[in-house]
Amino acid sequence: MTKSQLIEELARAEGITLKAAELAVNVTFESMETALIAEDRVEIRGFGSFKVKAYDGYKGRNPKTGELIEVRPKRLPFFKVGKELKERVDR
Amino acid sequence: MTLTKAHIVENLFNQNVFTKTESAQIVETLFELIKQSLASGDDVLISGFGKFSVKGKNQRRGRNPQTGDPIILSPRRVVTFKCSGVLRERINP
Repeated sequence: MTKSQLIEELARAEGITLKAAELAVNVTFESMETALIAEDRVEIRGFGSFKVKAYDGYKGRNPKTGELIEVRPKRLPFFKVGKELKERVDR
Repeated sequence: MTLTKAHIVENLFNQNVFTKTESAQIVETLFELIKQSLASGDDVLISGFGKFSVKGKNQRRGRNPQTGDPIILSPRRVVTFKCSGVLRERINP
């Protein structure tokens, strides 16, 4: 399912226009992006939580050429699946 | 601070398009639709945010961390998340 399919399904399920559904989807993900950029946690009960984890830099290799490269430290959002979603997916 | 569903509902309500009740209902349905897609084994790709994938894990031998007893972990399906390049750049300016 892509973002545009989610918008269509949301519009159908809620009986709202595509434009209104698009606004809802955009506000939802922009809210989460803004929080993660500020390094705040995101917690959606039943779905999961996100937090930004810091990763150290390391020396790695380009797997194609074998060339030695420096991988710089980075921050990435880590998703921990919520209990309800975890159980529904594994049924 | 932690962003919760209540904050998202508030942000949606502040767009002056929906009532508070409608905003809450819409956000609830939005996450339910994502959960339904993943539960049916279908990945969810939100451009600019990231991709939620359902991955199958094979059966493997593990240990009870408390007793050290060997146990067989059954095959299972798990959800993984990969951050989009756009979001990654915004988090690492």
